[in-house]
Amino acid sequence: MSDVHLIALTVNGTRHEVAVEARRTLADVLRHDLGHTGTHLGCEHGICGACTVLVDGRPTRACLMFGVQADDCEIETVEGLASEDGALSPLQEAFSAHHALQCGFCTPGFLMLATALLRENPHPTDDEIREAMASNICRCTGYQSILEAVRAAAGGNAGAGEPGSDGPGLREAAPR
Amino acid sequence: MRSHGQAVGRSVRRVEDARLLRGAGRFVDDVDRPGQLWMRVVRAASAHAEIRAIDRDRALALPGVHAVLTAADLDPVPRIPVRLGPFDRPLDAFLQPVLADGRGRYVGEPVAAVVADDPYLAEDAAELVAAELEPLPVVLDARAAVEPGAPALHQGGNEALALERGYGDVEAAFARAAHVVEVEVDVGRHSGVPLETRGLVADYDDALDRLTIWGATKVPHFNRRVLAGLLGMDERRIALRTTDAGGGFGVRGEFYPEDFLVPFLARALHRPVKWIEDRAEHLVATNHSRQQRRRLAGAFAEDGELLALRDTLWHDNGAYVRTHGVVVPELTLSMLPGPYRVPAYEGRAHVALTNKTPCGTYRGPGRYEATFARERLLDAAADELGVDRVALRRRNLLGPEDLPHHRDLPVLGHPVEIDAGDFAGMLDAAIEHSGYEDWVREAETLRGQGRAVGTGLAYFLEKSGGGGFERARVSVDEHGRVRVAAGGATLGQGIETVLAQVAADELGVEPGEVEVTVGDTDLVSAGGGSWASRSTIFAGGAVRLAAEAAAERARDVAADLLEAAARDILLQAGRAVVAGSEERSVALGEIAAACDAASAGRRGEEPGLTAGRTFVDAPMTYPYGVHLAQVEVDPATGGVRVRRYFIGYEVGRAVNPALVDGQLAGGAAQGLGGALMEAFRYDAEGQPQCTSFMDYLLPSAAEVPRVGTHVREDAPSPGNPLGAKGAGEGGVDGAGAAVAAAVEDALGATRAIVAVPIAPENVRAITADRTVPAGA
Repeated sequence: MSDVHLIALTVNGTRHEVAVEARRTLADVLRHDLGHTGTHLGCEHGICGACTVLVDGRPTRACLMFGVQADDCEIETVEGLASEDGALSPLQEAFSAHHALQCGFCTPGFLMLATALLRENPHPTDDEIREAMASNICRCTGYQSILEAVRAAAGGNAGAGEPGSDGPGLREAAPR
Repeated sequence: MRSHGQAVGRSVRRVEDARLLRGAGRFVDDVDRPGQLWMRVVRAASAHAEIRAIDRDRALALPGVHAVLTAADLDPVPRIPVRLGPFDRPLDAFLQPVLADGRGRYVGEPVAAVVADDPYLAEDAAELVAAELEPLPVVLDARAAVEPGAPALHQGGNEALALERGYGDVEAAFARAAHVVEVEVDVGRHSGVPLETRGLVADYDDALDRLTIWGATKVPHFNRRVLAGLLGMDERRIALRTTDAGGGFGVRGEFYPEDFLVPFLARALHRPVKWIEDRAEHLVATNHSRQQRRRLAGAFAEDGELLALRDTLWHDNGAYVRTHGVVVPELTLSMLPGPYRVPAYEGRAHVALTNKTPCGTYRGPGRYEATFARERLLDAAADELGVDRVALRRRNLLGPEDLPHHRDLPVLGHPVEIDAGDFAGMLDAAIEHSGYEDWVREAETLRGQGRAVGTGLAYFLEKSGGGGFERARVSVDEHGRVRVAAGGATLGQGIETVLAQVAADELGVEPGEVEVTVGDTDLVSAGGGSWASRSTIFAGGAVRLAAEAAAERARDVAADLLEAAARDILLQAGRAVVAGSEERSVALGEIAAACDAASAGRRGEEPGLTAGRTFVDAPMTYPYGVHLAQVEVDPATGGVRVRRYFIGYEVGRAVNPALVDGQLAGGAAQGLGGALMEAFRYDAEGQPQCTSFMDYLLPSAAEVPRVGTHVREDAPSPGNPLGAKGAGEGGVDGAGAAVAAAVEDALGATRAIVAVPIAPENVRAITADRTVPAGA
């Protein structure tokens, strides 16, 4: 296993040079070589999305990408979301306010996924939020609080999904 | 003067969030030790085989490989003891060895453990370990396993135990019944599947003979005792450190083979050893649960009064009896009568061993299964008797005149004693708050438009806490910082927040100012752990007692400092103030400083503003509730979409209502998974077919609807200081039953949905011989 490659990547604004085996995943590079342990591995086959990071701005499963493929890339991880002075981002605040996390293992992946969604589409509809967040798995919350947190971070009310056709919209109570 | 703060009962923000939202949680894979090696488990590839030989030479030849451990290296091969039970008779003959000992009995059973410099290399080496196998016939069905002549897994046969439970004259009740209704139902094999897999790091210090382990979660003190016994070490030389954990749900933190292998190898190799389970391993190695087939009969009087229940079940426990013993089938039997008046009951459970992954508890053990069976029976009976499904339930619910209600059925060693409850009131409230009657009308309207929409509900009885103890210490330092060390474990349930709320109110501070550590065996010498929805009751109870004692000390000392009477001292906003003259006050930190060794000694007291207390023996509590569902079936694909979902739940007292809601909604998502999607399937040779998330389907945001909740606090438990009942499991209990009822309603069918998960092919089989009623 001597096929070691020297790569350079930027993580949360800091440039790193790392020697990696060709088969080493980006997730392992981030976690074990660079110490960014906030990126979590839930399945290592691209379904659960706990390892979602932004690679050149796009949400990416860090378990499905090799470190060598991240050469020259800009990576953003959960550790980069809070501001320099430690203040949580509005999305992180909203997750706490809406109890959108329990064990917190999937949370970094959802935060990165939602960060990308809101950059691309600052005013998503409820259906758009639900569809985007359906990329990742949470085993604790039942998702509603996550959807509500993303909605709140996006500035509250927007177009609700068509009630009745897709079940209740995010904020629609059961019919009374 | 007692001064009560405002935290308990409020949905305060979680104290765990600050670290978890920043990616600063410390999960077990975030723990590294200098010089650590990595373990990889070689697992049996065949469901049942004699192991003739294991060739480890090729693996050992790889540079960087340090050891390949097999059963031949262990004499004797340790077997993992039962934590709960045994009940009725010993289960020793069926316990799992830490490595397959001459015979492998399920795909995924540990056969060898490889240790190497890094995890990639360990995995390479594990693939080079070759086992020479002689295949044996497999048995995969619980009912077939206990038939005479079935291929035997163990010398003691395939039936670990036949449990019999009951009371009253069942024969007579069935003899005089106007109607006897019988159903045969199946609950599929599914499990907790937390998003973080298991893992452990063990570090052994030769010089001090001290072993430290990271990654313990659920029952650290029990696991330490077991490990000490298996390693021949003094328990006091072992420390278990809990870490953040990515969900527990009953499966994480039990003593598994790896819980022996990792520390054993660390000690043998004089190097720290780390093991992180991968997902494919998790799905065959970590406890499965739930799988039961059963025949349930009910005897009913002419007017629908339930006279008796007779239950026979075959519990598929997989290849071994693990730490839960036979607690799941026993709970299934004991919880079957649920919230109803059942004058006579007879239940029999065959605990069968099969060539599949062994089983343990999963959130709501026994209740999900029993609720499914009983509520399906009641639906079938209502249809057969021609009465409304809800009315039949109302006819038979326990009433005020029935309470307290005793049943001679054991639940974790104690008979069922339902002390308080308003069962009819809960049903009415759940129907009203959910808008269920509107759901029913809406479904009728939509069926009139040709859509297959239906509604259903299920009533469940839950149990929580019960027996044992928990310890806690509450301390305040000279800066006024409050620290709590308590039993229990952080599994995502928010226990740190709950304990902070309880301590904060006694000491007059904010929950965010309280630092909580749970489950560390060095900080808390003994404890029961976090399971059975017990932590708020037990750890919460212990923290309440310890914080009360610390607060009393604070008031006494403050009274001295302020020259006032202790009864006039209020603790609020981090200070002790004299009631009525608020300008006379002293900070909590100054009070702690006045508890220094010299000052305290002069008063004849132990130094420190601190108190440790133990809370013992709260009786089992019995929360209860209702699940309500509205679903739409696609007759063409057989797919089921849950349109609306609601849970009514009685929790005694909600320390943090948002956490209770979160438990209910998250539990419902898991319950819906078990109702519609999740199943561990096997082929005819016993090869698992669901070893990735492409085959074991977890619900996503696309499948889980908003879950409405109505939490009631009208029957606080008299048996613990907070009046709390557990909140962890009620969200899952009724989901299979409620969804099954709703699907049946959508299809205009009766007695049609007899198994969960409700697979599209089963739905299509029903719709194939039935046109969905139009305009019904």
